[in-house]
Amino acid sequence: MPAHAIVGTQTVPIEITLNGKRRSLEVSPVTTLLDLLRNHLDLTGTKKGCDHGQCGACTVLIDGQRINSCLQLAVMQDGKSITTIEGLAQDGRLHPLQAAFIEHDAFQCGYCTPGQICSAVALIEEGHTTSREEIREFMSGNLCRCGAYTNIVDAIEDVVGRRRQPVQEAAE
Amino acid sequence: MLKNDLHVGSPRSRIDGPAKVTGQATYAAEFTAADLAHGYIVESAIARGRIVSIDTAAAEALPGVIRVFTHENRPKTAWFTYKYRDMVAPPGAPFRPLYSDEIQYSGQPIALVVAESFEAAREAAALVAVTYDRQPHETDLARARHDSYEPPKKRNGIAPPPAPRGDAQQAFGAAPVRIAGEYAIASEHHNPMEPHATTVVWEGGGKLTVHDKTQGVQNSQAYVTNVFGLSGDDVRVVSPYVGGGFGSGLRPQHQLFLAVMASLALERSVRVELTRQQMFGHVHRPETVNLVSLGAGEDGKLHAIQHQAIAATSRFEDHQEVVVNWSGLLYPAEHVDLRYELAKLDTYSPGDMRAPGAPLGLFALESAMDELAVATGVDPVELRLRNYAERDENEDKPFTSKELRACYRAGAERFGWSRRDPRPGSMREGRELIGWGMASGVWDAGMMKTSARATLTADGRLAIACATSDIGTGTYTILAQIAADALGLPMEAVDVALGDSTLPEAPVQGGSWTAASAGSAVAAACSSLRDALLTRAAAEGSPLAGAKADDVIFEGGHIRSLADPARSLALGEIVAASGPDGIAATESAGPGLIGMMLPKSHSSYTHSAVFAEVRIDEELGVLRVTRIVNAVAAGRILNPKTARSQILGGVVWGIGMALHEEALTDHRLGRIMNHSLAEYHVPVNADIDDIEVIFVEESDEKTSPIGVKGLGEIGIVGTAAAIANAVHHATGKRIRSLPITIDKILQG
Repeated sequence: MPAHAIVGTQTVPIEITLNGKRRSLEVSPVTTLLDLLRNHLDLTGTKKGCDHGQCGACTVLIDGQRINSCLQLAVMQDGKSITTIEGLAQDGRLHPLQAAFIEHDAFQCGYCTPGQICSAVALIEEGHTTSREEIREFMSGNLCRCGAYTNIVDAIEDVVGRRRQPVQEAAE
Repeated sequence: MLKNDLHVGSPRSRIDGPAKVTGQATYAAEFTAADLAHGYIVESAIARGRIVSIDTAAAEALPGVIRVFTHENRPKTAWFTYKYRDMVAPPGAPFRPLYSDEIQYSGQPIALVVAESFEAAREAAALVAVTYDRQPHETDLARARHDSYEPPKKRNGIAPPPAPRGDAQQAFGAAPVRIAGEYAIASEHHNPMEPHATTVVWEGGGKLTVHDKTQGVQNSQAYVTNVFGLSGDDVRVVSPYVGGGFGSGLRPQHQLFLAVMASLALERSVRVELTRQQMFGHVHRPETVNLVSLGAGEDGKLHAIQHQAIAATSRFEDHQEVVVNWSGLLYPAEHVDLRYELAKLDTYSPGDMRAPGAPLGLFALESAMDELAVATGVDPVELRLRNYAERDENEDKPFTSKELRACYRAGAERFGWSRRDPRPGSMREGRELIGWGMASGVWDAGMMKTSARATLTADGRLAIACATSDIGTGTYTILAQIAADALGLPMEAVDVALGDSTLPEAPVQGGSWTAASAGSAVAAACSSLRDALLTRAAAEGSPLAGAKADDVIFEGGHIRSLADPARSLALGEIVAASGPDGIAATESAGPGLIGMMLPKSHSSYTHSAVFAEVRIDEELGVLRVTRIVNAVAAGRILNPKTARSQILGGVVWGIGMALHEEALTDHRLGRIMNHSLAEYHVPVNADIDDIEVIFVEESDEKTSPIGVKGLGEIGIVGTAAAIANAVHHATGKRIRSLPITIDKILQG
C-alpha cells in the first residue's frame, strides 16, 4: 500500500506537556509539530515561514532546547515538554524578553517575532551571550526580513544585563 | 494644527507590540472556521507552452481530498481581462489563474487540490500528473535586452523619463572628464517572512469574509468582486496583521483567486497558503541594467548626464518603475538624456519592491559619481555638494523642502569621513582591507487620498478607523499618537482599527505615503470631532457655554477653559449627553483637498546620505559591512522609535541588495534554481553590524498637512551604492553588478 494512503486515516497516540499542561493527542504520522500546533491545536503563535528549517519562524522550546518545529514530526514528541510563545507569559505578565522586544522595537511586522523570542530564551540559557558578536552569530538561525536585527540584539543584551546585575550585586 | 503635542514626535513603543510578542496577532493563514478545507497549489514545471493533459484521478482518489480544480473544470469567472486588473496593475493583460491550458511561466499555478487536511492536500498535489507541449522560452535578460522597447502605455502613477535637455551626446563627447559604465542589479524576491496566504470564511448565502495577505484590503476586495461578479456587500476583506509586504502584497496574488474560487464552488471555508518555494513563482524586483555616462569638468561639475535602463518585465504586462529620472533630479546638468525601456521574459510579472526603481537607478548613478570623484580627485561628498540641485530640473519646479546638504554634513561628521584617506587600498587592519564609501538617496514624498473616522464613546475611549494596513511600518502606533494628541487623551485610551475593507477608504499601503496620508486623514477627522465636541460643550448652561476653539484646551480627557481651568467638561460626559452611539467624524485628506497646499506647484522628495564601512579579507574576498550611517531628511518624524526602525530595515535591505540577494535562473529550464531561504540569501543577524540613523531637521508645510514626508523606502535607496563605493575604496576594484559576491571581488 503506498505511503500516501495512510494520510488522515491512521493516527498515533502521544502524550505531551504543552505550555505546562498535559495533553493526550492522536496525531497523524505525517503531521509536523508545527502543523499540529497551528492547524490542530489553534496555537498559531508559532509561525510557518519556510517549512524547511531555513528561517526559524517556527522555533519552539522542546525540553528547554530551541528547535525548528517544522522539522519535527508530531509523533516524535511523546513524553516531551513543549513551550510555545503562548506559554512564555506567566499570570498575564510578559516574559522579560517579550517586554524587551517591545521596548527596543525588536520587530516590525511581528511574524518572525515568536520564533526570535523562543530562540532568545534558549540562547540565554545556553550562555551564548558574552558579546554582541556572539549573540548575532547564535541568533542567525532566525531570519527577520523587516531587518530588526540590531534591535533584537539590543533587547537580548538588555535582558542578559538585567539578569547579571543582581548576581554581581550579591557577589559584592 | 495639533495642539499640546505630547505623543507626536516622541519615541513610543508599538501599540500592537503586546499582541505580536505573545503570538496573539492573527495573520491571514491563522483565521479559521469549523468547515475549513485546505488548498495546495500545483505549479507548472515548464516556462512556456501548453498543458496537453492533466490527470487528477490519483489525487482525487486519496482519502480526504474534496476536489481538484484545473483549467478544465474551474468555475466560471469574468470573461474580460480588464476585470482582473487591480488598482495598481500595470498596462497589459493580468495573469488569470487556471484560465486555459496556456503556460506563461515556470511556477504558474495549474491546479488547486482541496482536501480536509493540509497533509492530504499536499500529498494529493504530488499525485497530479501533467504532460506539456513545451515551446521555446526566454528568461535571460542578457539576450532579451536586444529586443528592448519603450513601453507604449505608461503605468499610472509612474512618471516616464522627462524630455531630453540640451544635447547630452555632444556635451559628453566634449567634456574634459568622462565616465561611462554599465551597472546591473539581479532579480530579487521580496520573501516576506509570512508566505502569501488567504483564508476565505464561507459565511453562508454567498457571503465571504476573506483574510488575505495584502497591503490593500480594498484592492483585494475590488479584485474579488470584479473577477467573480460578486456584490461589494458580499465580500469583506479583513487583514489586521500582515507579516511583511515590501510591495509583494500590493497586487492580489493568485492564492486569493484560488481560495475564493474554491470557497464559492464548494460553499465552504477554504485556506490556501503558498510554500516558500512557490513564493518564487510570483512578484519580484525586475532584473535591471543601467547604462550611465557622465561628462564633467576638471572641477567635477557635471555637464552631461545620460542614463538608460532596461528592465525585465513579463510577456503579458508592462511593469514600470522610476529608474532613470533620479539622474535628472539629483544633480543639475545642462545636458540630460534619460531613457527607460523594457524587455519581455517568460516569467511572472515583476512588481514593486521596496523603493521600486530608485535603488536600481541610484546604484548606477552613485557608482558613476564615485568614479567621477576618483577621476577628478574631488572628495565624494564635496563632489555632490558642487553638483547640488536647488530645484527639480526634470519638472522645473522648486522643492517643498530639501535638507540633503544637512544629511551630507551630519552623516559625514558622525561617520568620521574627514579621516578618510582617499587612496584605494590605503586603509587596512591586519589582513583586512577597509573601505569607506558614500552615496545619496532620494525617494518620492507625497499623499494619496485617504479617509479616516474618529469616534468618541461615553467611556471616554477614542476609536480610529481606516482601511489602510500596518505591514510592520508602525501605522497603528503613529495614528494613535496623532489621535491622542488631538483629543488630549493618553494613547491607552485610543483604539485603532485597520486592514478591514468596510472601514473608511484608503489606497494600498505603499510608496511611503501612508504616514502622510492616513496620518493627515486621522488628524482631520479628530479636528472635526473636536469641533463637534466643542459645539456640544459650548451649549447654554454648560460650564463652557459660548466657548470658542481658541478659548479651550483638550487635555486629560477634558475640554478645559484656558481662562479659567476650573471650568471644564469630561469628554465622556459630553458624549453621554448626546446619545448611546458616541460622536463620530469622518474626514479625508489628500493632494488638492482642503488643508493641502500647492500640490502641483512644487516637487517633494525625501533625501538621504549613506556612509558605509566595509572590511574585506584580502586573500579570501570575504566582505563584511561593519558600519553604516544613514542621515535622512524626511520632514516631521512622528515617532523616532518606529521611524528609526523603518530606516534600519531599509539599510538591511540595502545590504542584502549589495551583497546577497539574487534569483538564479537555469535558463535552459526557465526556472529559478535557488528558490528557498537556504539558497536565496537574505541578510541574517550575523551580517548586520553597527547601523546609525540620523534624522536631520526638516520643516515641510507643503507635502502633507502634518509635515510628514514618509520613511518606508528612503532607507534602502543609497545603501547598496554606498557599499559598492566602499568596496572600491577598499580594493580599487569597481564592481558594477549586484550582488557583490566573493567571486567578483577576487576576480575584480
